[in-house]
Amino acid sequence: MRLFSCLLILAGLIFAGPVSAAEKKISFSRHIKPILAGKCYTCHGPDEAERKGEFRLDVREVALEKKVFKPGNAKESEIILRVTSTDPEMKMPPATSKKPALTEHEIDLIRKWIDQGAEYDQHWSYLKPLRAPLPQVKDATWSAGEIDRFILAPIEDAGQRPSPEADKRTLLRRLSFDLTGLPPTPQELADFEADNSPQAYERLVDRLLSQPQYGERMAIYWLDVVRYADSAGYHSDNHRDVAAFRDYVISAFNQNKPFDLFTQEQLAGDLFPNATTEQRIASGYNKLLQTTEEGGAQPKEYTAKYAADRVRNTAVIWLAGTMGCCECHNHKFDPYTQKDFYSFAAFFADVTEKAVGRQDQTKIPTAEQEKRIAAIDAELATLKSRIETQTPELDAAQAKWEAAAKESLAKNDSAWTPIKPEKAESQGGSKLETKDDLSVISTGENPAQDNYTVTLSTDKEKLTGIRLETLTDESFGNKSLSRGNGNFVLTGFEVQAASLGGDVKPVKLSAAEADFSQPTFPIANAIDDKTNTGWAVSGHEKAANHAAVFPFAEPISGGPGTKIVVKMQHQSTFAQHNIGRFRLSLTTAAKPSLSETGLPADIIEIVKSDAAGRNDAQKQKLAAYYRGISPELASAREQLTKLEAEKKAINDAAPQTLVSMAAAPRTMRILPRGNWLDDSGQEVTAAVPEFLTSVVAAPKPAENQQRLTRLDFARWMTSRDNPLTARVFVNRLWKLTFGRGISRSLEDFGTQGQFPTHPELLDWLAADFMESGWDVKRLLKLMVMSKAYRQSSLVSKELLEKDPMNDLFARQDRFRLDAEMVRDNALALSGLLSKKIGGPSVKPYQPAGYWQYLNFPTREWMNDHGDDLYRRGLYTYWQRTFLNPSLLAFDAPSREECTVNRPRSNTPQQALVLLNDPTYVEAAKALAVRTVKDGGGDTSKRLEFAFREVLTRSPRENELKVLLPLYEKHLQQYKADPASADKLLAVGESKTPADLDKAELAAWTSIARVLLNLHETITRN
Amino acid sequence: MSYSVIPTSTSTSFPRRAFLSRTASGIGATALAAMLSEAMSQRLLLGADAGAAAQSRGVVNPFHLAPKAKRVIILTMAGGPSHLETFDYKPKLAEMNGKPMPESFTKGQPIAQLQGAKLNCFGPQHPFKKFGQSGQHISEIFPKIGEVADDICIVNSLRTTAINHDPAHTYFNTGTTISGRPAFGSWLNYGLGAETDNLPGFVVLSSTGKFGQAQPIASRQWHSGFLPSRYQGVELRSKGDPVLYVNHPPGVSRDQQKDVVESAATLNRLENEAVDDPEIATRIAQYELAFKMQTSVPDLMDVSAEPQNVLDLYGTKGSDGTFAANCLLARRLAERGVRFIQLYHRDWDHHGSIKEHVAGTAKEVDQGCHALITDLKNRDMLKDTLILWHGEFGRTPMAQGNGRDHHIKGFSCWLCGGGINGGQTWGATDDLGYNAVEKIVEINDLHATMLQLLGIDHERLIYRYQGRDFRLTDVAGKVVKELLA
Repeated sequence: MRLFSCLLILAGLIFAGPVSAAEKKISFSRHIKPILAGKCYTCHGPDEAERKGEFRLDVREVALEKKVFKPGNAKESEIILRVTSTDPEMKMPPATSKKPALTEHEIDLIRKWIDQGAEYDQHWSYLKPLRAPLPQVKDATWSAGEIDRFILAPIEDAGQRPSPEADKRTLLRRLSFDLTGLPPTPQELADFEADNSPQAYERLVDRLLSQPQYGERMAIYWLDVVRYADSAGYHSDNHRDVAAFRDYVISAFNQNKPFDLFTQEQLAGDLFPNATTEQRIASGYNKLLQTTEEGGAQPKEYTAKYAADRVRNTAVIWLAGTMGCCECHNHKFDPYTQKDFYSFAAFFADVTEKAVGRQDQTKIPTAEQEKRIAAIDAELATLKSRIETQTPELDAAQAKWEAAAKESLAKNDSAWTPIKPEKAESQGGSKLETKDDLSVISTGENPAQDNYTVTLSTDKEKLTGIRLETLTDESFGNKSLSRGNGNFVLTGFEVQAASLGGDVKPVKLSAAEADFSQPTFPIANAIDDKTNTGWAVSGHEKAANHAAVFPFAEPISGGPGTKIVVKMQHQSTFAQHNIGRFRLSLTTAAKPSLSETGLPADIIEIVKSDAAGRNDAQKQKLAAYYRGISPELASAREQLTKLEAEKKAINDAAPQTLVSMAAAPRTMRILPRGNWLDDSGQEVTAAVPEFLTSVVAAPKPAENQQRLTRLDFARWMTSRDNPLTARVFVNRLWKLTFGRGISRSLEDFGTQGQFPTHPELLDWLAADFMESGWDVKRLLKLMVMSKAYRQSSLVSKELLEKDPMNDLFARQDRFRLDAEMVRDNALALSGLLSKKIGGPSVKPYQPAGYWQYLNFPTREWMNDHGDDLYRRGLYTYWQRTFLNPSLLAFDAPSREECTVNRPRSNTPQQALVLLNDPTYVEAAKALAVRTVKDGGGDTSKRLEFAFREVLTRSPRENELKVLLPLYEKHLQQYKADPASADKLLAVGESKTPADLDKAELAAWTSIARVLLNLHETITRN
Repeated sequence: MSYSVIPTSTSTSFPRRAFLSRTASGIGATALAAMLSEAMSQRLLLGADAGAAAQSRGVVNPFHLAPKAKRVIILTMAGGPSHLETFDYKPKLAEMNGKPMPESFTKGQPIAQLQGAKLNCFGPQHPFKKFGQSGQHISEIFPKIGEVADDICIVNSLRTTAINHDPAHTYFNTGTTISGRPAFGSWLNYGLGAETDNLPGFVVLSSTGKFGQAQPIASRQWHSGFLPSRYQGVELRSKGDPVLYVNHPPGVSRDQQKDVVESAATLNRLENEAVDDPEIATRIAQYELAFKMQTSVPDLMDVSAEPQNVLDLYGTKGSDGTFAANCLLARRLAERGVRFIQLYHRDWDHHGSIKEHVAGTAKEVDQGCHALITDLKNRDMLKDTLILWHGEFGRTPMAQGNGRDHHIKGFSCWLCGGGINGGQTWGATDDLGYNAVEKIVEINDLHATMLQLLGIDHERLIYRYQGRDFRLTDVAGKVVKELLA
């Protein structure tokens, strides 16, 4: 009963914000709007489509005009009559809405508000944060700074006292976890306890903030927010290289990069004038979203999905705005409109992306690599200019060569002869037309699969082979080789022949040779009699002509009237991978090959032609060709090839990541009800949410610019007038140090979010943060230096009764460590933790078969070895669809969407992980080794040692009484059963020293397991 | 002195109870916040319905409606089974075989791999037969399911919005294609609480066949989204630890493990005496539950005591990872009080050679489905077990080579057991099996209907997140009353 009434009171506090005394002014935005928005706005709010009774409560003029209330007279106000009515016809909200009735407390608030004049005020978070004067406090000695004044005043108002300062051990643990995510060592505690100067605490704070582990700790938080992961998310959820972005975040926090710049670089780093490598890496933010590679996915649908994803997440990240609602309709509670949504999306419409397929990675060479590439480029330029400059010497040499080539061509008629097809038929329904250059092009319908049958007629004798040239065309996908994505898969190539009047007989092909084959699609696939394998040439990635040659096993006798029938099959599972344009040639050369005379067909033609009749283009082509083979330039060419190979090798070895690349923006239009198939909506251009422009001026396009860019957007986001960005960030940092936000709604600063418990404090901090130049370390230091932060988290019965939710911040909070830190803590205590910062993500232990549901391709997690098994949790490979289960159990999110408020659950899976995951068993084993080696001679000393390492304190008497008998018991058991001790000590890849007693180590492992499983061990208090 | 954390009785020691009992003497901020943000605050939001009597252990308390079913078993035929070769009888399509699909059907429609291809009708590849007293049309590839035709209610007018596997599963499981929303099983456990303290309330099993592409299934499909993590689905695996990390470390005996757990519990209690934090009591209770799972899970997986006739009914030898074995495990999970059991069979993506492949895949599941229904019926459990058989979408009436592409505008599923009016076929697609045209059932409607059978008004099972009240049925959903007995 007591619990229930207590909950009711609390419910009032939470849903309406605290109103302690009746005489206090009731605020519309703070007290009334949340009630109306929750229970009335669905039908009487901003959404025109849903509006009933033609009036809205969110606009005072309309509500007054419709006589919803009489200011100053609650009794006679319609709204009060309605919400208190017992008549089902009258009662609001009506039963059909399924909304619960207003509570007495809510009705009472509305009454008072009407009696006070029913004034509307602006929603708190849409007003610029200003520094309010510091409140007066009775106890002037308690405060360490401004924060404390804001905290102390309401505590005093409530007749309470702040909690006493926590002891040094607690403060050290709290600060270490909050600022570095790692536990302190016993030595650090000894140092801190020995330092009695007034600056001891500040020195500790400064030391922790300057450690590189600080950046890692902050990254754990920020990577959730921007949804960083190592895999693409949808369907096959394949790998992407994006660790450079993670390392950028770590380094940004460590360098204390101002938060406005940090924001701008992520949203638009690529658009900065002379963008640095670092800025381009930061712009990878726009590419962190989930993408698909699923076959059969419709590009238009996914383009719409990606646009919506960016709006939904960016709005939550910086504005705590729930704009996701506006994909389909105007927001039901907040002033965001559907037009705002698509205009917001238009800012990102310039980011190039593959709607369906693997996203392009960008090579980011290291500084050293960049230097070498620059040197190579300079050298290459010199060499190229030499090779491209025609000299009189070259002219002379060319003339000689030409004469020889002409003579040789005259003797040698075995070059490939292109043949004009007599007939070219498509089975799939496309139209095959022969062009002047004797190539065949497919037009008309573009079927998923297609087979061609081409008939050639020739008079030549002793034909020895056939050549297939695939040719690019401007009209094809990617201007490449097919009408699909530019690539093709030739699954079959067959030749038949008939001499005049004879039967058509199959011609056996002895081999197949191509100038290029895509890995896993070799040319041999074209003649292997299988329809599910084929030849492909990466035409979707690079538009270039290619050729393949098929020598006949036996020469075809040929002669006048000979017919050659060629069957080309495209039956792969890749739709529209049909060769778009091709040319067939025959030869009588003894050994047909790709380069029979060493000369390409177009050069042969020029050489054969009369020199005087050549046009300029032909002359230049020939000269260029000759320079490419001339002995005079051989050494230059050799050097060029060598340097290019070196450059390529450097590039191949360089790390890569996802970065934003701007191109002409996609057209954005409002999608009615969010339906991507519906093109009837109004076209929109980039714009910020309109209602905010009355507070923070809308950005203006730069000179000579037609449209607003992401950079304009990023600058607007971090404008000093923007009421949200600073508040939102400050509130979230406060959560990291106090356990909850000043407004509990970290993700929603709209009407439905919770009003801050200390609005003036939040505003003061936000204003101060911006004025400080968005200095993050300074802000954190302000918070942790406060007396409020330093309070004990132990709570008196009286305070608990008066303030069970800690609305007053009259005590610190106690909470479980985040998933990564649970891991880091155990590894640090065991001595296994690797301190390496950054680099590719790593794979610690993970149960075999956990990835069994992944496919395209199927995968098995292969854990790393050595130091990479013991890296901090934030480096664990983040597979979105199957996150490492050890992290998942402790509420690490999949990072498919922005997460600003991880839950802190307490589940049996967590117990199973800490008890049985080899990570934790091995950590216990390593801690056991340290205990035996470093803990001193006898059992009590060692127990003291282990306890101090894990909990930074000595064991209590009653704790020893539990652990000493356990140790003795397990020691006897392992002595009697050495095989079990061996098995236990074999867990994990780290080895135990051979000179230590195994039974002892196994028994100490049991003790260490108990310690690592304690609630206190994984709790920050 | 040592406290025993292993209870001797089977009394309820569910964590929620553990900290509710603590709250009488003192409420810690964390626990209270957790409690308020969950059950209590939600209940306050919902308001209590006068008149409803039965109690549940979740936020729907009392039940909104008298429940007919206590638990759900979902048989997810992953990959998208063709409705045209399974439950939707289309003689007209057979007549049109090979002829162009009329453009009136396909113009402007979303399409997957057949984008840009010539669209020809492709007749059903297997004959249909009337089964049971009810004479329902079922494909001959399902002789065993045919035997229970009078128990199942076929829906031939289902529609979905997502045409690719991954988002289509997300839509079917969460009611929306946006990631981060809770799965049906999480919603149900949040709504009704657990009926067992020894096993998770939401269990997922999967099997793979030999005839279709094994499309990936993301763990998002059983994630609790913004609901508390304890409502997350737990995978039951046929290889390795049946539940992740459930086995002791090597070299540690059960007694030694118990020593470790008990010692930790004792130290936690001592700590709690010093700091009075209800989260500690919860932690102790969770270790208790974890330790119990170390027995209950192996016990669940050990089917050696099942009589031969039961094994024969399913056609399985034991926990071998086949669909049939998983059906048997589903029954055992149902018996043990697990609220929501979902079986994936990943073999239904038949883009080519559908004639042979759909028959092959059907054979992989036919006997298991039949056995599960029969076995539950024999144990008098079918009446309160709600079964749904479905794919994430259907397949095109148009040919893709000799297979079929994905199709979302009309497809089939069936329901059975707990409150379902079996022996009827509901709704219909047009003559060619393209569009659902009669008595259309959307996924949200299906969810609403199933929740109703579980005693829940789908519009009142809500959770506030990012300032909005979220539901499994998003902003839609109508109960299809005619499906209910």
